[in-house]
Amino acid sequence: MSAIRINWQALLALIATLASLTALPYTASMSAGFSLAVAALLLAGAVLSMLRLASALEALVLLIASFGAAGMLITGLESATGTATAGYFASLAAAWLLGWRLVTVMSGDGSRSDRTAGIVAITVPALFGIWVLILWECIVRGAGVPFVLLPPPSAIGIRISESLPILAADFRQTVLKAVLFGYVVGCLAGFLVAILADRFRFFANGLLPVGNMVSALPMIGIAPVMVIWFGFDWQSKAAVVIVMTFFPMLVNTLAGLAATSEMERDLMRTYGATHWQVLLKLRMQAAMPFIFNALKINSTLALIGAIVAEFFGTPIVGMGFRISTEVGRMNLDMVWAEIALAAIVGSLFYGALALLERTVTFWHPSYRR
Amino acid sequence: MPETVISAQNLDLTFETNDGPVHALKNIDLDIREGEFVSLIGPSGCGKTTLLRVIADLEKPTGGRMTINGMTPEQARLARAYGYVFQQAALLPWRTIEDNVALPLEVMGVDKATRTQRIRSNLDLVNLSGFEKKFPWQLSGGMQQRASIARALAVEPQMLLMDEPFGALDEIVRDHLNEQLLKLWAKTKKTVVFVTHSIPEAVFLSTRIVVMSPRPGRIHEIIDCDLGYDRPLDIRETPEFLKIAHQVREGLKAGHSYDE
Repeated sequence: MSAIRINWQALLALIATLASLTALPYTASMSAGFSLAVAALLLAGAVLSMLRLASALEALVLLIASFGAAGMLITGLESATGTATAGYFASLAAAWLLGWRLVTVMSGDGSRSDRTAGIVAITVPALFGIWVLILWECIVRGAGVPFVLLPPPSAIGIRISESLPILAADFRQTVLKAVLFGYVVGCLAGFLVAILADRFRFFANGLLPVGNMVSALPMIGIAPVMVIWFGFDWQSKAAVVIVMTFFPMLVNTLAGLAATSEMERDLMRTYGATHWQVLLKLRMQAAMPFIFNALKINSTLALIGAIVAEFFGTPIVGMGFRISTEVGRMNLDMVWAEIALAAIVGSLFYGALALLERTVTFWHPSYRR
Repeated sequence: MPETVISAQNLDLTFETNDGPVHALKNIDLDIREGEFVSLIGPSGCGKTTLLRVIADLEKPTGGRMTINGMTPEQARLARAYGYVFQQAALLPWRTIEDNVALPLEVMGVDKATRTQRIRSNLDLVNLSGFEKKFPWQLSGGMQQRASIARALAVEPQMLLMDEPFGALDEIVRDHLNEQLLKLWAKTKKTVVFVTHSIPEAVFLSTRIVVMSPRPGRIHEIIDCDLGYDRPLDIRETPEFLKIAHQVREGLKAGHSYDE
């Protein structure tokens, strides 16, 4: 067994680092020596990872080499924005390739014990996210991309930490008032109307075409109308959210209530079960996967609806208000801070629902263990 | 002579379909007495499942009379006179085995203590003790079907209606469950109406075999099958058994069941 095991990420990293040596120093503020130190770290990482090391040791070496080099490359941009050479980007690519190799080593061959699988399930996407931020930072600042086009994540981070009170106020206005109220009322109304429409068929026949039409209305069109009807404050935004979330819930619940098999309904019939008993003990349970589908779809719809509705008149607070005014003032870092906030809120909302779905519909074939 | 439980007189059932009327049942006359094990056998389309569903009030006849203990099928259904076992176990996947058995009792409004006692005794009867907390999808097909039999028995019905309950299972499991069903029948003395398309199964289980023929679905012949209560599996190699099986096959042939 040979002592060397070639892997393509390390090999490419080796080539990229050697190529970067033709364009020293990497940036205007990096000395040739500092640039060489970065290159040496990358070379050491690439070579070591091609030796047959235990995978834990290889992961440690790759972690130090890739993140160490990335950190040095970021510091090398200090007061040298836009001066990065081709060598800078070559060594950045090398560091990224070693990071890729790190994720590959950590993922292993998929035959991990349950304990380490849990750790890997969290760290791999986290590493991936960190690398997106590193590449974003280095490319934007290294190549001198104008701030208005795309601010670096560090600037957005600073803006977030400096604007926490504003972001908190916007969060309260948009999420805690408009989104939450609209979501709960819209989903609940859709659900209850579905139960009624299922009981009284004529109701469904009359309502579904109308509902279809309402859901086809462009949100951009109804938002200003809602502002006129319900005023400038969060109530009009909540109304937009209700209109947007009502119909997905109605349609999904109706579909879910029809999801039982004929045999299951016959079974309940042989027990002499009443309509409400069948609904409660059989059809409602069978509808749960559909209902959760609607809840998840609606969680994103509600956030979009509330933010966009704020473009059409609002008191001077709210995420949508902030985005539309700060764009006008070219404060793109603030816009991105709100986008980041919306992304975090949306992900947490969706994630919590997915978690709840797993516990409620544990019996569904896709979750069974 | 035991009392008549199920009585069909001149029963007719026509389904209206897009291709015109389909005569599912025609001139059915049948009396089933208490404690009997009656099998309905015939090719697909002969109306054997439809007849069972009429008894269970899952289909309404278009002519003739059907009485269960002197009541209409609907009254009998609402009085929970029967337990019905379907082709598939149809256990609710979100309920444990014990909660599945409890389902009909919850619908009836039976109190908790009685429920617990019925769950235990009926799961015991089908040899599923120890699987109370399992979910249906964690059990084999044969065990699921046994759980569904326990569920049908939980309401303590006077009769058991079974629609090809073992049709979806492999032959080894099927033999085993046939044996268990016979023991259960001997122990509980319930009236059983059993739909099947397997001749050995019908002969092995029944006291009477109703041979049906298709288009329109009607009764061709009723064959007595008096092999006694105690029937080990190897009874199927005895001349008496083979003679009755031959008789059933001849009956099916004469009823055009083997026609192309």
